[in-house]
Amino acid sequence: MWLRERSPFVIASALLGVLILLFLILPVADSIFTSAGGLYAALMSEGVRRSITTSFYAAFITTLIALLLGVPLAFILSRYEFPGKRLIDSVIDIPILIPHNAAGIALLMLLGPRSPIGSLFSGVGISFTDTLFGVVAAMLFVSSPFMIRSAEEAFKSIDPSLEKVARSLGASSFQTFAHILLPLSLRGILTGCLLTWARAISEFGAVVILAYNPKTAPVYLYDVFISEGLKGSAPINGLLIILALAVFVGLKFLAAKPTKPVY
Amino acid sequence: MSLELKGVCKEFGDFKVRDVNLAVGEGEYFVVLGPTGAGKTLLLELIAGFHRPDEGRVYIDGTDVTDEPPEKRRVGYVPQSYTLFPHMTVEENIGFGLKVRGVKKEERLKLVERLMDSMGISKLRGRLPMTLSGGERQRVAIARALAVNPRLLLLDEPLSALDPRTKEPIRRELRRVHEAFGVTVIHVTHDQLEALMLADRIGIMNDGRLVQVGEPREVFLNPKDEFVARFVGFENLFEGEVEAVEGGLARVRVGDLVIEAVGGGLGACLVGIRPEDVTVSLKPLSSSARNSFRGRVVEVEDMGALISLSVDVGIPFRALVTKRSFTDMGLRVGSEVYLTFKASSVRLIRAK
Repeated sequence: MWLRERSPFVIASALLGVLILLFLILPVADSIFTSAGGLYAALMSEGVRRSITTSFYAAFITTLIALLLGVPLAFILSRYEFPGKRLIDSVIDIPILIPHNAAGIALLMLLGPRSPIGSLFSGVGISFTDTLFGVVAAMLFVSSPFMIRSAEEAFKSIDPSLEKVARSLGASSFQTFAHILLPLSLRGILTGCLLTWARAISEFGAVVILAYNPKTAPVYLYDVFISEGLKGSAPINGLLIILALAVFVGLKFLAAKPTKPVY
Repeated sequence: MSLELKGVCKEFGDFKVRDVNLAVGEGEYFVVLGPTGAGKTLLLELIAGFHRPDEGRVYIDGTDVTDEPPEKRRVGYVPQSYTLFPHMTVEENIGFGLKVRGVKKEERLKLVERLMDSMGISKLRGRLPMTLSGGERQRVAIARALAVNPRLLLLDEPLSALDPRTKEPIRRELRRVHEAFGVTVIHVTHDQLEALMLADRIGIMNDGRLVQVGEPREVFLNPKDEFVARFVGFENLFEGEVEAVEGGLARVRVGDLVIEAVGGGLGACLVGIRPEDVTVSLKPLSSSARNSFRGRVVEVEDMGALISLSVDVGIPFRALVTKRSFTDMGLRVGSEVYLTFKASSVRLIRAK
């Protein structure tokens, strides 16, 4: 519906809305415009390119792991009642609640070389401090709730009778999941992937504490900001924003176009 | 194929099934009739295997299937809103059961083709469910359930979501499918008419229990208790006392009235008379009917083809008249009328 109402309340709401939108848009637009001249140089810098590659790669791996581990949990949460379910619900919200550097410290304590779990992993050659594993672990911690919640919502929106019918027709629970639940929740799961990926690639606090190296783009940006100040970091800043926006918008466009009409 | 429930109990959320014992024979069309919330859907789901009973056993063809998952029971299930798979075409919907059972594509298509043909939905094959009408969806849902050659066909309120004009052909279709495929049907509904028209036998369900099972005629004529009587249309239901029995006729006192009924046995009972068995006239009728009372019309309710009258004859009575005779008699609230009914129209129900 086109906004036609002229009541003072609606007008005031719209004006207040414009304020917050400006506040969201201006910093981003400003970064892009002021850095326009230096973008190419930034793109050509070895450090920038390496950090961006690390970020994309780690966020991709993170999304895959979240998909593999999060979707089954989302399925259980959406379909079954069991004692302790509310507790699990709260656990999933923890990463969204706590400061991300606190999450980083918590992960370091758990996975660090001197911890029992950390030494167990280092026995098979996996270390979480200053490795890509660490980057992924930090990203996974802060981003997996987005996958779980999106998939859970998608599953919940599907009529359970469909599964009952499928079962009565002879489909096992796995066949029912694969043929009915998954295709019908595909968009929700894709959205979950997108949000997870976006959250992972933008993570700084947890990553910088657990794995300062290999540098992800946000960590590299912070590095340059500390050593060279605003002037040196602005082009890299602009580049990162443009890249993130481009990928996000592109993926969102893909996710919004189902191949078959659903419902 | 046959179904047997032995002492089946289940509590699930707000719904209950309590100590249900039932045997349905091979090829029988059995209708479970009851009000909303009686536990009818839960009963179907227990048979289909979506729940495990808290107590009791479920047998199909003499085999105990209580611990078998739904996909092993070969029970066709058509839920209340037909729930076709929205991302599959009509053809894919019907073929789904065959596909997951590993039937080869060629054979599958042949079977699906035959079913679509038999249900008259061949031209819908490539359509998605959202483009179908209610009646078409129901045909597809039934075809989908039949595709796997089920031992039992479970129908949950199969006609209630259809508009009145679609109901009739689908009802006939259900009869036809039952005869053509020889499949045992368990059909759940709250609609008495549906039960009367389709059922070989019916079971009345109330508050989780099967309170009366029998042939429709038997259940509708001889309800066992007050609930069944009310549910099958004995709208005039009074507490009474049989004072005397003479020559097969009982004199029953209800308030200030004495009603004559066929039957016997002294003592307290419920007296039931269907409103359609009561004749309304302006003057006393000279007929063989044993019961005639004078009263005043207190309420008039237009029910379409018929008018339902509430008449005070000392006790509140309901009677049905056609619209035509309602107008001819010039009836309105306050009119003085005579209610007449035969002694054989009166049911005496022994209070428990």
